[in-house]
Amino acid sequence: MDRHRAWNAEIARDVIALHRGRDGAMLPILHDLQETFGYIPDEAKQLIADALNVSRAEVHGVVTFYHDFREAPAGRHVLKLCQAEACQSRGCDTLTARAEAALGIKLGETSADGRITLEPVYCLGLCATAPSAMIDGRVVGRLDDKKLDALLNEADR
Amino acid sequence: MSLRLYVPGDSAAVAVGADDVAQAIRTAAAKRKLDVEIVRNGSRGLLWLEPMVEVATAQGRIAYGPIEVSDVESLLDAATGDGAHALRLGAPEEIPFLKEQTRLTFARCGIVDPRSLADYRAHDGYKGLARALAEPGAIVETVTQSGLRGRGGAGFPTGIKWKTVADTTATQKYIVCNADEGDSGTFADRMIMEGDPFVLIEGMTIAGIAVGATKGYVYIRSEYPHAIAVMNDAIAAARDGGMLGARIAGSDFAFDLEVRVGAGAYVCGEETSLLDSLEGRRGQVRAKPPLPAHKGLFGQPTVINNVLSLASVPVILDKGATFYRDFGMGRSRGTMPIQLAGNIRHGGLYEIAFGITLGELVDRIGGGTLSGRPVRAVQVGGPLGAYFPRALFDTPFDYEAFAAKDGLIGHGGIVVFDDTVDMAKQARFAMEFCAIESCGKCTPCRIGSTRGVETVDKVMRGQDVAANLEVLTDLCNTMKFGSLCALGGFTPYPVMSALTHFPEDFAPRPQLQAAE
Repeated sequence: MDRHRAWNAEIARDVIALHRGRDGAMLPILHDLQETFGYIPDEAKQLIADALNVSRAEVHGVVTFYHDFREAPAGRHVLKLCQAEACQSRGCDTLTARAEAALGIKLGETSADGRITLEPVYCLGLCATAPSAMIDGRVVGRLDDKKLDALLNEADR
Repeated sequence: MSLRLYVPGDSAAVAVGADDVAQAIRTAAAKRKLDVEIVRNGSRGLLWLEPMVEVATAQGRIAYGPIEVSDVESLLDAATGDGAHALRLGAPEEIPFLKEQTRLTFARCGIVDPRSLADYRAHDGYKGLARALAEPGAIVETVTQSGLRGRGGAGFPTGIKWKTVADTTATQKYIVCNADEGDSGTFADRMIMEGDPFVLIEGMTIAGIAVGATKGYVYIRSEYPHAIAVMNDAIAAARDGGMLGARIAGSDFAFDLEVRVGAGAYVCGEETSLLDSLEGRRGQVRAKPPLPAHKGLFGQPTVINNVLSLASVPVILDKGATFYRDFGMGRSRGTMPIQLAGNIRHGGLYEIAFGITLGELVDRIGGGTLSGRPVRAVQVGGPLGAYFPRALFDTPFDYEAFAAKDGLIGHGGIVVFDDTVDMAKQARFAMEFCAIESCGKCTPCRIGSTRGVETVDKVMRGQDVAANLEVLTDLCNTMKFGSLCALGGFTPYPVMSALTHFPEDFAPRPQLQAAE
């Protein structure tokens, strides 16, 4: 169930036009484009550059600076496992290794069938109910083997 | 009459099943033909008890928790019967963890419906703004006199920052709220935005009136989708209610707010990097001067404050500078919302006057570790904060006292580790995190962090340990004094504290040597 649209320059122009009048429009535009297409297509960079009167290199620089922006589509599901200190104190290392073993991929990679992308995240602000995870935008706390396996099964569908 | 239940919508509660519990209550109530009203309040901050459901009764609210979906039927039996239940906690404000706190900034959090302007007003909301509007010229002095210092970590006096901006002349000034709460072990900003967003709106509005700014931005990290949603709803409600916009509360002052979302860069919690990000650029740190107060967002005079600093302003205006400054110790005045996190039995939000000791917070209030093993180390102040051993547990929670022990209180997060922690690994992580998140502008941070990871790796392999520890110490010294901002400048705190207080973890490892 891919909720994202295929690249379309007309749609991209509309998205950009929606925000271009705002002060500091770059990040709102990039967020909206990623929401629409699932990533920031290379073709979009020139369109943004033209609209904001900056160079394409500048747009590329912004896209690559922030961890959130993808230059290629993610898997159908995105599972983020928190790797920060509070979750470390509750054993996130072991859970991460378990997820990596189950999927046969490392953090930052997407499974070969395009089903799931496994990513590190540095703090979800759920540090008193650690370890924490986020799957497709939904937060999960007090993560343990059982809950993790359920999340991985959920992403099977 | 319908039965009113409170099921927190705070993301920490949602992460442990609060949405499912709320849905189960609706379904079960419908089956019983029971008329229920469910309020999605913020969290009271007793996070080990979440989801903590409260039932409104003639005797006040009664809490039950932690409630799972399987407890819902028996909970409704209790709510419609005599109230008896195995998970009954009684009146929430009588639970010792909450009863012993001094809630000024968090006075309403967990009590009100965060999306209701009427509820906010009914609980002393906008009283601070009323005082501010009655005497706008006195706001800066009141905030200065209260002794309020920046709660983001730097501890700079808020009133002085405001005065600097107020004294400038410009056609446009800005109020920017730094809600890029990236420190592991901290969640107070998130809780305020999800549980009492209007207090932040009120604080920013007062700041705008004080310095002559008409536009404000709340920069929230993308990892906080719930906070973003609640803030947006609250801003819309405030605008509809005439509390934001052209004539605030019918006065001649104009002020409006907008939420902007970060994009997963820790360094954007640094104020100048945040400003660059807001302007639509790479979030790179700016050299100071010029200060943001003189040349901030879009080159205009800008007040940039943390969520907690701004959210503390309404109570200061309402109750007066003296009321606030009477709490605390030394130069740390008022209260600090402390966050107890990590491997801790009673984790949550604990707001109290400055001066309480670290040991009291961790052992007595936090109840020690969740794993039941001995506490070995606690990291205070996020990924850039020092690791404290038990020997320093008598340190009072105070900006200067922590600095004197080569640490910092930062944004008030405390992460507890038990005796299974490997402090060399923690030191390595501090360097690794700095390498991942460095904005790249200054060399000590950009290169030093990577060399730091490599050097700790050598130590962990048992390679020339003494010589490499000397290199590591030297590297930390360079980063501390040579970096442009706190990311590179403070990464040495966790590294050096681990090395100083837990040297045994850096000693050559017998099992590795045997393998060679």
